[in-house]
Amino acid sequence: MPISDDLRDLYQQVILDHSRHPRNHGELSGDCIHVHGDNPTCGDEIDLWLKLSPEGGVEDLKFSGQGCAISQASASMMTVKIKGTSKDKATSLLEDFRRVVTGEGQVADEDALGELQLLEGVQKFPQRVKCAMLAWRALEQALGEGSGDVHA
Amino acid sequence: MTDLSHLRADFPVLHQQVHGRPLVYFDNAATSQKPRQVLDVLRHYYEVDNANVHRGLHELSMRATDAFEAARVRTARFLGADRPEEIIFTRGTTEAVNLVAQVWAAQFLRPGDVILTTGMEHHSNLVPWQLAARRSGATLRHIPVLDDGTLDLEALDTLLDGPVKLFAFVHVSNSLGTINPARELCAKARVRGITTFVDGAQAVGHLPVDVREIGCDFYAFSGHKMCGPTGIGALYGRYELLESMDPWQGGGEMILGVTLESSTYKAPPARFEAGTPDISGAIGLAAAMDYLDGIGLDVIQSHGEALTRLAWEGLRELPGVRLLGPASPRAALVAFSLASAHPHDLVEFVNTQGVALRGGHHCTQPLMKRFKVPGTSRASFYFYNTPKEVQRLLEVLREAIRFFG
Repeated sequence: MPISDDLRDLYQQVILDHSRHPRNHGELSGDCIHVHGDNPTCGDEIDLWLKLSPEGGVEDLKFSGQGCAISQASASMMTVKIKGTSKDKATSLLEDFRRVVTGEGQVADEDALGELQLLEGVQKFPQRVKCAMLAWRALEQALGEGSGDVHA
Repeated sequence: MTDLSHLRADFPVLHQQVHGRPLVYFDNAATSQKPRQVLDVLRHYYEVDNANVHRGLHELSMRATDAFEAARVRTARFLGADRPEEIIFTRGTTEAVNLVAQVWAAQFLRPGDVILTTGMEHHSNLVPWQLAARRSGATLRHIPVLDDGTLDLEALDTLLDGPVKLFAFVHVSNSLGTINPARELCAKARVRGITTFVDGAQAVGHLPVDVREIGCDFYAFSGHKMCGPTGIGALYGRYELLESMDPWQGGGEMILGVTLESSTYKAPPARFEAGTPDISGAIGLAAAMDYLDGIGLDVIQSHGEALTRLAWEGLRELPGVRLLGPASPRAALVAFSLASAHPHDLVEFVNTQGVALRGGHHCTQPLMKRFKVPGTSRASFYFYNTPKEVQRLLEVLREAIRFFG
């Protein structure tokens, strides 16, 4: 039976690989920021732990959670990209990533996004934007107000 | 299996392509499709008889009132109620639960009383009781759900021997497909003087339901899950009980007399139906009942059982599939989880093949926690579904399992 191109774009091998084998999976202990994010309509959950360096960069981050392949892969790919970046860089990646999945606005730095651009397929499935954005909403909270809860 | 495929001609919505494939609609537990016979009645009402009910003395108002009250009589007959005054029209099951959880609970619950529910309730038959417990100081207790998706009936006796005032339970579980022994449960409650409330959202229109035979005090259902319009449903209440209850919402229709200081109220059901009701909804609901009785609820139930058996057996043979709920007897739905794909990914996949499933917690989060799954995928059937559609589902699921690996 033919599988649509849109669906193959949504579930690319890289994305499925991240969802099956999430990177930076687990918890951080000690002095760190913890954000719990959930999507009450679908039940997806992300816990994000983030440690800032004295200079204000993202020294380390880990996540755990449960949910669809898109939400978990997006979280995993995000941690790979964000680990070791400055706060400003993380914020501009966040803004660009939102543009990628919603299709709204011009991406400022495609090269910086790298394989995160593979989540572009979400554009064709508007109901899944929240899934892709869940971990990033948690990151936004962590970098802005610190520990707390976010609801997609 | 009785061949009911000729009835598909009555449902315009079923005859369409979705993503280039014929629609396979398996989300009937969320809402059913509507036959032309119901749609025609709605159109006729608005084109010919539309007027406000009860107060008008003109021809159209009298016609609308007659049709609306005839719908109440029809509903009473459909449920086996003693009299039409025992039927209160509501927006659906949720509103019916809230009516009782607000009015009855405020009047009769005291601190220390227990509201007993079960671990398999839809949020709509749980959250209103949580609110009622908080307001009254009563405590909420739950009958555990066993691994096979049935209620722990041994725990039930012990729980019922406590200071239980109200026992609210779901007749047919929307997440597990379990059919609870409503008559037996109500009998156990009745001998102890406990008031019973049955959530019949997944039962009415899907299997024969007779409230007198069940012996419940309250019974609620939604019209849209049984070929009726959305926005209409009903609460059945034993008349003496309704009569003992205070009004719910205030407004027109429910009063006998009003002064600037105070009012007197009508007897049930008017006491609980403030404001202009969903007139067309009630008339459409009655048309749905005529339609379903024309097929026969026993026929509908056995057709659903046959489709479910076919789906259940087919799913059992697929790798990495875990089925929830009892194998038999069960309502016309299958709920399962897949090792390789989250329900939302699976539902997305099958949607691109024209198959409508539902994935997620199905408004039963405590139950998902109980079975340690983030959610399930659910295929729910109605009489217009066919064995061929079930085969198509199984074929698409095999492909999904290959895709997600």
